[in-house]
Amino acid sequence: MTRSELLLRVKDLHATVGGKEILRGIDLEVGPGEVHAIMGPNGSGKSTFAQVLAGRETFEVTKGEVLYQGQDLLALSPEERAVAGIFMAFQYPVEIPGVGNLYFLRTALNALRKRRGEEELDAMDFLALAKQKMKLVAMDESFTGRSVNEGFSGGEKKRNEIFQMAVLDPRLAILDETDSGLDIDALRTVASGVNSLRSKDRAMIVITHYQRLLEYIVPDRVHVMGNGRIVRSGGRELALELEQKGYAQVEGRREAAR
Amino acid sequence: MTELTQSLRESFTQRTNGPLRLLREAAFARFAKLGLPTTQDEDWKYTSLAALAQMRFELAAEATVHDVDRWTLSDAAVRLTFVNGRYRPELSSRAPGGAFIGSLSAALVERPELVERELARHADSHGDALTALNTAFIEDGAFVHLPAGAALQAPIHLLYVSTAPGKPTLSQPRNLIVAGANSQATVVETYAGLDNEVYFTNAVTEVVLGDNARVDHYKLQAESARAFHVALTQIHQGRDSRFSSHSVALGAALARNEVRALFASEGSECTLNGLYMATGKQHLDNRTLIDHKSPRCTSRELYKGVLDGHSRGVFSGRVLVRQDAQKTDASQTNKNLLLSDDAIVDTKPQLEIFADDVKCAHGAAVGQLDENALFYLRSRGIGQEAARSLLTYAFASEMVNLVPLGPLRARVRDLVTSKLPAFERLKEAA
Ligand SMILES: Nc1ncnc2c1ncn2[C@@H]1O[C@H](COP(=O)(O)OP(=O)(O)O)[C@@H](O)[C@H]1O
Ligand SMILES: [Mg+2]
Repeated sequence: MTRSELLLRVKDLHATVGGKEILRGIDLEVGPGEVHAIMGPNGSGKSTFAQVLAGRETFEVTKGEVLYQGQDLLALSPEERAVAGIFMAFQYPVEIPGVGNLYFLRTALNALRKRRGEEELDAMDFLALAKQKMKLVAMDESFTGRSVNEGFSGGEKKRNEIFQMAVLDPRLAILDETDSGLDIDALRTVASGVNSLRSKDRAMIVITHYQRLLEYIVPDRVHVMGNGRIVRSGGRELALELEQKGYAQVEGRREAAR
Repeated sequence: MTELTQSLRESFTQRTNGPLRLLREAAFARFAKLGLPTTQDEDWKYTSLAALAQMRFELAAEATVHDVDRWTLSDAAVRLTFVNGRYRPELSSRAPGGAFIGSLSAALVERPELVERELARHADSHGDALTALNTAFIEDGAFVHLPAGAALQAPIHLLYVSTAPGKPTLSQPRNLIVAGANSQATVVETYAGLDNEVYFTNAVTEVVLGDNARVDHYKLQAESARAFHVALTQIHQGRDSRFSSHSVALGAALARNEVRALFASEGSECTLNGLYMATGKQHLDNRTLIDHKSPRCTSRELYKGVLDGHSRGVFSGRVLVRQDAQKTDASQTNKNLLLSDDAIVDTKPQLEIFADDVKCAHGAAVGQLDENALFYLRSRGIGQEAARSLLTYAFASEMVNLVPLGPLRARVRDLVTSKLPAFERLKEAA
């Protein structure tokens, strides 16, 4: 794949928080339609990487570059990134009392449409769209009347993230541990929702702690993160190897090979 | 003597005749003695009237305005409109029925016995200079008298519009609401001004509830950005009565709204809700007193403040549970949202309990917008300013949603969203 065809190109990305370096030189290339899995132990920097891509200002990028569709992603605000087609499903979705779930999502969708020069959807058209997308993740319609994530169970919050993704229709979706806290039935539902959103135009970065999710969402590439870097990359068989040998050994092998 | 007191003295000597002469003279003497409060007074520690004291105001200048459509409520049963404190029949509507709902000046002529029984018997003209000042100039305002058992479903709308095209004006509406035993009513007071005019509203409302009466009182303060507004709502609750107050304070350069409720007899309920939203250099002071003088009464208080820019908010809420007030159930909460580093809020909840068998709770909080929530919204494509407005609205909406559905809720919501920078996009938020 040539550079210009790449959707995302991350080069030697370093990021700190409060002076502490968390990302210590990440390299990653994602082409359109590809699904990349990022695995790694707790604290290795997966969520930090996801949030830096989404534009969280808590983290300071100290070195490196991120090109998205050939453009400097780091120069954009979070909302501009959303307009450009980036979506992150949060590991910990935020509860926002007083803001209706559907109102929030319609405001978001219309903000995107407006900035893209498209016509905004009225309440009726939006509701029709939302109902259709809710089916993808078997989300109960009663959630429409509630505040954003307020009082949702862990699983309901994760479904809500994928529902939002389905409505906002991003080009690059970053799913941060969307599987954690889900029982096996919920995992299947969410995974099938994600799979139905796979397309040749939409790339995904699926962050997970367990290879279990990857049985349902089969990735094109698997990367292992350790201590703020991608320490190994491979095909889907790498996930299985990780499952069998554990992170310590897989990471260790790389350190040894240096 | 300050400019203000000097000009008031001149005006007072010109107009001392009329039915309430003695009352007014005594009140003026008190005002002259007390003078305008300064920040040396404990009760005015956080709110300075120094700017006001420097000014001369023309008293209740006769005036009218072209139309009041933007402030009216479509479902009001009755609307009394006052311009610069004086009743304007041509801008008002009156409902038939057994209740007296009209101007105080008319009531003093037509039904003086009803007025004099309660007027100035509840609000404190002795210790409170601005109440004394209002009493000294009692002339007009609203008089609502509900006979026993009268129940009005639709709201009574009292609209106070100020205009000061030339010199700054002073309006001192004096309102008296008497709800007889078992009666029921909703009263909405709206205070509004024209554009950027400078004027001073000093309003006093006395509400007297008979046994088992119910009054829901709303006060929408949307004065002009350069106005001064000081108001007292004094409530006297008879046995088993229910009163609720909703204060929405959004306008004026400097405003102070005080609500004082007295449980004169047992078994009553009082709810005091308030929302204040200040921007720019606004100063919004909210003061409440709930006097649990009698046993078995319940009070609930929730005030929320949103302070942006260089504004300053004050909440000073006192709940007094007297010795005989056993089985009191009182709770008081004040929550504030600071939207800028330069905004200030002083919150002072005070619970004073002299009875032993009571249930009381109070709390105060000052916070900022939740960074996680802000990022969540922005990551979905909602711009920073809209995201801030949306979260601010979410904070304030709890107060909006306490207003029953209908034109009044819609009005409150519109007033609130108009204070938010990205309000256009949020019109349908609720
Ligand atoms: N806001 C923050 N402030 C300080 N440290 C942080 C912050 N966010 C993450 N970290 C630290 O960065 C490291 C990586 O965290 P994270 O990216 O959440 O890892 P992962 O998602 O792989 O579990 C951890 O040591 C964590 O404590
Ligand atoms: Mg994580």
